[in-house]
Amino acid sequence: MNTAGIAFSVLQGLAYVLLAPLLLGWVGKVKATLQNRRGAGVLQPARNVYKLLGKETRVAHTASPLFRITPYVVFVATLLAAAIVPLLATNLPSAAVADIIVVAGLLGLARFFLALAGMDVGTAFGGMGASREMMVSSFAEPALLMAVFTLAWSAHSTNLAGIIDHQLSDARLLPSMLFALASLVLVAVAETGRIPVDNPSTHLELTMIHEAMILEYSGRHLALLEWAAQIRLMLYGALIANIFFPWGIATRPSLLALAMGMAAIVGKLLILGAGLALSETVAAKMRFFKTPIFLSLAFLLALIGLLSHVILESGG
Amino acid sequence: MNAMWTLAGGSLVLALASALSGLAATERRPALLRQLSLPLFTLAGLAALVGGLWVLGTRATGTLQLPLGLPWLPWRLHLDALSGFFLALIGLLSIAVGIYGRGYVREFENGRDSLPALGFFSGLFLFSMLLVVLAGGALVFMVAWELMTLSSYFLVAFQHEQAANRRGAFLYLLMGQMGGVFILLAFGVLASFAGSFSFAAMRSIHLPGVWASIAFVLAFIGFGMKAGLVPVHTWLPEAHPAAPSHISALMSGVMLKVAVYGFLRVIFDLLGPSHWQWGVVVLVIGSISALLGVLLALMQNDLKRLLAYSSTENLGIIFIGLGLSMIFIGTGHAVLGVLALLAALYHTLNHTLFKGLLFMGAGAILHSTHERDLDQMGGLLRRMPWTGWFFLIGSISISGLPPLNGFVSEWLTFQAALQAWHLENGLLRALIPLAAVALALTGALAAACFVKVYGIAFLGRARSRHVRRAHQVPMSMRIGQGLLAALCVAAGLLPASIITLLGGVPWQLLGTGLSPADAQSWLWLTPISKTAASYSAPLVLMALLLLFAATVIFLRRGAVRRVRRSDPWDGGFAPPTPRMQYTAAAFAQPLRRVFAPLLQVEEHVTKSPDGSPRYRLQVTDRTIDLLYTPWVRAMDRITRYIARLQGGHLRAYLGWTLGALVLLLWMVLL
Repeated sequence: MNTAGIAFSVLQGLAYVLLAPLLLGWVGKVKATLQNRRGAGVLQPARNVYKLLGKETRVAHTASPLFRITPYVVFVATLLAAAIVPLLATNLPSAAVADIIVVAGLLGLARFFLALAGMDVGTAFGGMGASREMMVSSFAEPALLMAVFTLAWSAHSTNLAGIIDHQLSDARLLPSMLFALASLVLVAVAETGRIPVDNPSTHLELTMIHEAMILEYSGRHLALLEWAAQIRLMLYGALIANIFFPWGIATRPSLLALAMGMAAIVGKLLILGAGLALSETVAAKMRFFKTPIFLSLAFLLALIGLLSHVILESGG
Repeated sequence: MNAMWTLAGGSLVLALASALSGLAATERRPALLRQLSLPLFTLAGLAALVGGLWVLGTRATGTLQLPLGLPWLPWRLHLDALSGFFLALIGLLSIAVGIYGRGYVREFENGRDSLPALGFFSGLFLFSMLLVVLAGGALVFMVAWELMTLSSYFLVAFQHEQAANRRGAFLYLLMGQMGGVFILLAFGVLASFAGSFSFAAMRSIHLPGVWASIAFVLAFIGFGMKAGLVPVHTWLPEAHPAAPSHISALMSGVMLKVAVYGFLRVIFDLLGPSHWQWGVVVLVIGSISALLGVLLALMQNDLKRLLAYSSTENLGIIFIGLGLSMIFIGTGHAVLGVLALLAALYHTLNHTLFKGLLFMGAGAILHSTHERDLDQMGGLLRRMPWTGWFFLIGSISISGLPPLNGFVSEWLTFQAALQAWHLENGLLRALIPLAAVALALTGALAAACFVKVYGIAFLGRARSRHVRRAHQVPMSMRIGQGLLAALCVAAGLLPASIITLLGGVPWQLLGTGLSPADAQSWLWLTPISKTAASYSAPLVLMALLLLFAATVIFLRRGAVRRVRRSDPWDGGFAPPTPRMQYTAAAFAQPLRRVFAPLLQVEEHVTKSPDGSPRYRLQVTDRTIDLLYTPWVRAMDRITRYIARLQGGHLRAYLGWTLGALVLLLWMVLL
């Protein structure tokens, strides 16, 4: 583990922190354009976070200390999970520290604390959000693991860098990858709280999931939670972009390769973000009790992908 | 060599001493239980822990012949790495339970419950568990096994005024005895071929295929019953909640592990895990147990019952690892078999730590509020902060989240499952990923389950008056919990060191082990190779802490520092009351709806006499209706016929006796 590698890892982590609000802003801007609105600028989510950081923080009387440490735990765990997912380059020490199972675990840790914080204040909304969030994740998390295992199976590695290297050296379009991709897209939509599973721009009690859990937060706590949500969106974007379409990612830690990798990932994320905006424009929010159908679809697609890969594609 | 036996023998003697001194804790000297019996209990645990670690560290083996028994049927004790590991495990939890118990039993001192019984059977229970893992032959094993079942039966029936406890205890005794019969039959098969009851003789012979499979099935049913695997788990959620909480911790934390020990001893050591088909059976049963266990746990509102169902889940995960190991060994991939076996052993250790911790937490709540129903709790984190934070560590661990210990064993099991591409058999290649799916689903549902437990019990606002008056538990109970919580963290952070320590078990059973990947082996967990998968728990924790510090420092600048307290948002209506909070049943409702086909859910809304509607919800285990009720009905019918023999007429009885005698004479003379 050399110094340059660590420096590049930190750089990649910073890229997540700084670019994540812009990605969300881009999705919002494209969505507004598609809906014939002018919409807020691409910088709006970043401005929101900045504004919230300067505001006074209020905490309910009934809240326990756990409520106050949760924003930090959520932010830190999400950021570390993101730092493990290769964004610009593959051979970084941050990717060797842990693999995709750890990424899923860290996201699970963040979700665990967020759900607990939702139940901490003792209002009905928080419990509702926590209950729904855990239901969604009960399907989404296994589906995420299955989708990645489909690729890990032939790469013989669960390290994301190893999977990406294998994809780069042995690029073949297999049917199972389409299943895995479809599943991962559905999981990403569910886990980042987007339409049709959740609607990030509503506070209507019947439909809230993520917003219901963070309803009691304000000031810098809320800023951290919103920032973490943005990083999670970018994490899923980078995961989909880089393990299914790894072209352009830097395999050597040189500045030129990194610049190329940056251009490539920005391009890929812009396309994915536009796709998300398009799907959110044409699809409507689903009734909450219909979401298990959506989620079990993601789960079954991942399962079909894994089994078809294991049985049909990886010959003896 | 001698030190090893001194420690192991010392733990047995101390456990017996604890039992006998407990017997003296009569109404006149109730404090004797606390001041003598339980410290002896802790010392017995300490001796067992040190002895077990000694054996694991030095990889010594030895046999000791006791001056006891018939000349042709000697009582032999045997110590090797496998028994050393389980000896250490029992010792570890007994230390914590002994300390914790000192605070916990205090409230029984003024009650009507019989303290001598509690002290005597607790010590005897520990003694018999230690003796099971030390047994060097089937005779000692079976005697100790039955002693373990009986002594724990009396502990389950400790508070026998309540009908539910009596019922649970009886079911436990019934199923414990049935399991004992299966194990006895398995040993019978082995002993009849070996011509001796000693494990050494059984190990040296090679059973013909059919008889080996028969022995496997008998042993798996017998030990599976004790381990609480589906579908023979039904005693577990009845019996574990009935016992006093420190005994529940012991039963769930180590007695189920003694069943795992028996399985390993008979299948891996004596029979030799040579058939992958056996592994398939174990894998399937393990996956079903894990999934059904966690689903049923999620539906429970009684905290201790929920924890009991969660034991079924975790034993299922252990048996997934064991099944994988048997498949790999049976198909000739010994190193992968070692990996899966280590995953199972690691989870065995983890489950002992966190389930012991969680049962102690449940006991602390029970001690402080006399409440087991989650829907009456709330806000306990602020009233019992120590218990609350320790329970949080246990909840994160059991949910399999990094950087704590539950994650490590799940990670290892996943890694073992993902090595299935080495196999040629198409059935296995498809089956093992399905087990991995079951494991992933189980992990996610377990997280949901423990969010529910923690969120309802420790967070929010108190839902009843006595919970609002909850108070801190005594220091000894906090120390007991703190010890296990610290070990959960340590086992999560130093996986590579622990795996090195556990390495002796696969060396002994399979004759091979894992090679450490590089020089910094304590830092990196790389079970297969550096490129395949690596996880560095210390670095992950370090990164988390560094990022945490950076975030705090970053936020310190510029922002308004002060945090103001205010009322929660009331939606513009009346201020929220504690009754408006989500309940345990409400929390599980979305998942209950999704998984309704697998469970038996009964929902009723009835009118109560004063006209207000009453909602009643009952979620029961389908296996009882599907598998047990037909048997019970058949048994009823048969016994009714047999009962006709007993007409109350002496002449009829004499007639039956005469008939039996004539029949026997005829058989003998023929």
